[in-house]
Amino acid sequence: MMQHLIVFPVVLPLVAGILLLYQRQGLVRYKRAVSVAATVLLLLVATGLLRQAASDQVTYYALGDWQAPFGIVLVLDRLSALMLLVTAVLAVGAVVFACAGDDEKGSNFHGLFQWQLLGINGAFLTGDLFNLFVFFEVLLLASYALLLHGGGKARIQASVHYVVLNLAGSSLFLIAVGILYGATGTLNMADMAIRVAELPTEREGLVTAGALMLLVVFGLKAAILPLYFWLPKAYASAPAPVAALFAIMTKVGIYAILRVYSLLFGDTAGGLEALEQSWVWWLSLATLAAAGVGVMAARDLRLLVAYLVLVSVGTLLAGIGMRSPQAVSALLYYLIHTTLVTGGLFLLAEMISLQRGKAGTRLVKGRPMVQGAGLAMLFFVGAIAVAGVPPFSGAIGKALMLNAAEGTQRLWLWPLLLLTSLASLIALSRAGSTLFWRSHRGNISGSPLARRQWFGVIWLLSAAPLLVALAGPVSSYTQATADQLANPQVLIRTLLPNATGDAQ
Amino acid sequence: MELLYAMTTGVLTACGLYLTLRGRTFPVVVGLTLLSYAVNLFLFSMGGLTTDGPAIVSEGTNYADPLPQALVLTAIVIGFAMTAFVVILAMRARSEVGNDHVDGKKEDRE
Repeated sequence: MMQHLIVFPVVLPLVAGILLLYQRQGLVRYKRAVSVAATVLLLLVATGLLRQAASDQVTYYALGDWQAPFGIVLVLDRLSALMLLVTAVLAVGAVVFACAGDDEKGSNFHGLFQWQLLGINGAFLTGDLFNLFVFFEVLLLASYALLLHGGGKARIQASVHYVVLNLAGSSLFLIAVGILYGATGTLNMADMAIRVAELPTEREGLVTAGALMLLVVFGLKAAILPLYFWLPKAYASAPAPVAALFAIMTKVGIYAILRVYSLLFGDTAGGLEALEQSWVWWLSLATLAAAGVGVMAARDLRLLVAYLVLVSVGTLLAGIGMRSPQAVSALLYYLIHTTLVTGGLFLLAEMISLQRGKAGTRLVKGRPMVQGAGLAMLFFVGAIAVAGVPPFSGAIGKALMLNAAEGTQRLWLWPLLLLTSLASLIALSRAGSTLFWRSHRGNISGSPLARRQWFGVIWLLSAAPLLVALAGPVSSYTQATADQLANPQVLIRTLLPNATGDAQ
Repeated sequence: MELLYAMTTGVLTACGLYLTLRGRTFPVVVGLTLLSYAVNLFLFSMGGLTTDGPAIVSEGTNYADPLPQALVLTAIVIGFAMTAFVVILAMRARSEVGNDHVDGKKEDRE
C-alpha cells in the first residue's frame, strides 16, 4: 500500500473529477462534499509523502512496472513533496472558499478544479520530459475552462490571450522536447542527464537550442519579463478561488526550471553547465523592476495582487539565477510564503468587492463595509506579509534571499528587491487606506460574508505567522532540499541503478 | 527526402507563425493549427527518417524509431482538443465582445 502512495496525488483528483462529472447541474451539496473530501484527503497524502521524502531518500513509482528509462516514472524527492504539500494546502483554502457560492456561477466547477490539481500534481511528480508536457496540457486545459467559469466580457477577453499564448507555448514545448530527444535519444530526465554528460561536442548546439526553447516555455508559464503580459489581466479577471489556485501555476513554471536545469545541466554537463543561468538572472531582475512599476500603477485591488504575484516571480527567479544551494533554499522558503499569501489575498479581494457593492475592487472611495474591521485586519496581515515587513514570513523570506546573494549579485539584487518591496508597501498602504479609511460615505448595507469564505482566507493567510513560528524546521527542510537538488546523482542512481558512464 | 521534408515543415511553421500574429481570431486559430501540424511533422522526423522500416526492433538493422510516432499520436490528440476549444472560445468572444479582434477593439488599421 505504502509504495503506491506516490501515485495517489494523480489518481485521487482524477477519480474525484470523474465522479463530479455525474451531473452538470444540481446535487450541489454532494458535489461540494466530494470535492472538499478529496482535497482534504490530498492534503493528508501530501503530508505523508513529505514525511517519506524527509528521510532523504528518493523514491519512485514505475507506472505499469515498466522500469526507467523506458517506462514512465513518478519521482518523489524533497522538492516534489514540498510542492505537492503547498498545492494541497492552497487547494483546501480555495475549494472551501468556492463552496460559499462561487462554484454555482457556472457548471462543473469542482470537476475542473480537481483536474487542475491532477495536472499540477502530475507536473510536480513526473520524471519524464514528455510526460511533463502532457501534465502541463492537462493543467492548462482545466485552467482555460476555470478561467471562463461564470463568463463575462473581461474573462473571455483575458482567456483569448491566455489560451492563444499557451497554445503557441505548447507547440514550442513539443519542438524543444523533439530536439532534446533527437539529440540525446531519451525522454527520461535522469537518463537524459547521463546522456548530456557524455554528449559529443557536435551535438552541444542542438541541446543548447532545445534547452533554451524549454526555458522560453517555462518562462511563459512562470511569467518572466517579456512573456508576462498575459498574467495581470488573466489573474485579475479570474473568479477568486480560481485566481487563488492560479497562484501555484506560475510556481509550476519555476519548479520546472529548477528541476530540469539542475538535473540536466548540473556540474556533470561539461560545456553546457548552467547554460540558463545568465538568462534567468538578468530577466528576473528586469521582471522585478517591471513588476514594481506595475504594482505602483495598479488602480484595482485584484490587479495589484496580480502584480504582486509578478514581484514574487521575479524574486524566485533571481534565486534560481544565483544558482547556489543557499539561494535555492531561500527561494523555496519564499515560494511557500508567497504562494499561500497571494492566494489568500486574491480571496480577500473578492470578499472586499462583495461588501463594497458597485465599487468592487477598484481603489476608489466607496461605502463602508459591514464587516470592515475583520477584513481590514486580514488585509493588514496579508499586506505586511507580502510586502516583506517584519514580523511575518515575507520578511524572513526576503532576508534569506538577500543574504544568499554574493559579490556583484548583491549590487543588483539588493537595491532592486528592496525598491520593489518599498513599491509594494506604498501601493498596499494606499490601497488599504482608500478601501478601509476613506470609504465612509453612504450607508452600510449588504449582508455579512459566508463563514466558508472567512475560513478560506484565514486558512491561507495564517501561513504568514505560522511560517515564522516554524521558520526553523521549514528552513532546515528547504536547505536539505537545496542540497539534494545540487547533488542530482542520488536521483539518477536511484532511477537507473545500472547506468554506466562518468555520470556515476 | 530530407530536404523536401525539412522544407515542408519550415513553410508550414512560417505560415503558421505569420497567421498567429494576425489581429483577428480566425487567422490566429488557423495559424495555431498550421503550427501544430508543423510541430507534429517535426516531432516525427526526430527519430530519423526511414523508409520501409518496421516500428519494432527486430533482427534487421533497418527499423523506424517507434517513440516519435507515439509522441506524435499524443500530440495530435491534445492538439485536436485544444483546437476545438479555441474555436469555441473565439466564437464566444465574437458574440460577447461584438467583434473578432483578439484585443476586442472595434476598429483597427489593418
